[in-house]
Amino acid sequence: MNTNNWMRKWWWKVLAIMLMLFTIVIGMMATVPALPILHETIRNLYYHVPMWFGMTLMLLFGMIFSIKFLRNSRMEDDIIAASFTKVGLLFGCCGITTGMIWAQSTWGVFWNNDPKENAAAVGLLLYFAYFVLRNSMDDMDKRARVSAVANIIFYFTFIPIIFIVPRLTDSLHPGNGGNPGFNAYDLDSNMRMVFYPAVIGWTLFGTWITTVISRTEIVNRELHFSMNNISMNNSSKQLDSKF
Amino acid sequence: MYPQFIKLTFAARMNFSKSIWFLIKKDLLIEWRQRYAFNGIILYLASVVFLIYVSFMELKPEMWLTLFWIVMLFTSVNAVAKSFLQEGRARWLYYYSIASPYAIIVAKMIYNLSLMLILCIIGLIIYSVVLGNPLLHPYYFLLVVILGSFSFSLTFTLMSALASKAGNSAMIMPILSFPIVVPILLLLVKLSREALYGGILEWPLKDFALLISLDAVMLVMAMLLFPFLWRD
Repeated sequence: MNTNNWMRKWWWKVLAIMLMLFTIVIGMMATVPALPILHETIRNLYYHVPMWFGMTLMLLFGMIFSIKFLRNSRMEDDIIAASFTKVGLLFGCCGITTGMIWAQSTWGVFWNNDPKENAAAVGLLLYFAYFVLRNSMDDMDKRARVSAVANIIFYFTFIPIIFIVPRLTDSLHPGNGGNPGFNAYDLDSNMRMVFYPAVIGWTLFGTWITTVISRTEIVNRELHFSMNNISMNNSSKQLDSKF
Repeated sequence: MYPQFIKLTFAARMNFSKSIWFLIKKDLLIEWRQRYAFNGIILYLASVVFLIYVSFMELKPEMWLTLFWIVMLFTSVNAVAKSFLQEGRARWLYYYSIASPYAIIVAKMIYNLSLMLILCIIGLIIYSVVLGNPLLHPYYFLLVVILGSFSFSLTFTLMSALASKAGNSAMIMPILSFPIVVPILLLLVKLSREALYGGILEWPLKDFALLISLDAVMLVMAMLLFPFLWRD
């Protein structure tokens, strides 16, 4: 394997590792503006907020692969879509956990009946339901098709849940209900220097996890099919011609 | 597979509206033959309202509204869920061979919409007879109820189509529907709260627009995605 090729394939994984290291080290070490109530917990901005950015992006990629599946019926696209959605859900769970810890130290309780918290919880419920729906079907082609349709519907209802519901009432989150927004505690734009790399780093890392999960799933399925001497795509057609 | 809907010629469009009409008539006929199902839903509604009546000593107006929407939510999930679940697989195969998927989903939506309108109005009557009526703008509230039944029927028809493909559909249907309906429910509660306050009615036009655009999203997705869903 020559170096050039290696770099072309791996540069973004190297970038992901570097950005994550940067986020963890600099995020913990760099000076942050001293603010009342928030104090040092403001560093959670580098871990909590990128989770939601990452989740929305992962789910978006999953939705795009679902559309691709509906257009060309390639089984790989379905597996990739489900893997992206899985990682998006993982990010969402991490986001809600970090958010709860942050809420405990700033607002005093883990769950504050804050509209943004509630919206996020509803979004997670939606995607858990997606996996229940997906796993309730045994036939692989049908499962792929129905879950692709469900994924597209859920993405377009997830976005209103996340972006519209919190705006219906006041929220404790910054930028809602008269609270200062992100810019207010971003005094010297030092935090921005860590925050944006953190978002990119987490997104790349999520994509990396997705590639690993989907490859494992594809290999598993190929193994399963190779025992029956059929390939993954159009399995039913090939079965028809066989029998 | 592609948007055949757009390419329909005049003759085909005649056929399209005709098949929608026949499908709706078919649903009405099934409903008439299985009157027990509709009566069951009404009885369900009445029992829930009575349950609320005996378990609450007094109901604050705000609570009255919220409970009304929750009762309607559960009733409509139960009423609409059967739209794709009640008929067997063989019969669906027959429908798909004689009508386009667009005709089937549009017919189901129109049918469920009228069913929901009737249910919501009966529900509102039972609810306000048993639990009293604190509304100061009843006609405005009626408008919100009509909009609400429209949103519920659109959303739950699509969810019922999804759930009918899954194993254990009866369990899948509510877990798919409840998260999806949250923004609609919150908007409806917010909109109907205006009906409680006296004086001149302030029309929350922004919220109306939001609700209608959510419905439009659902409708567009149903039209685009149902053709992929029905093939078995």
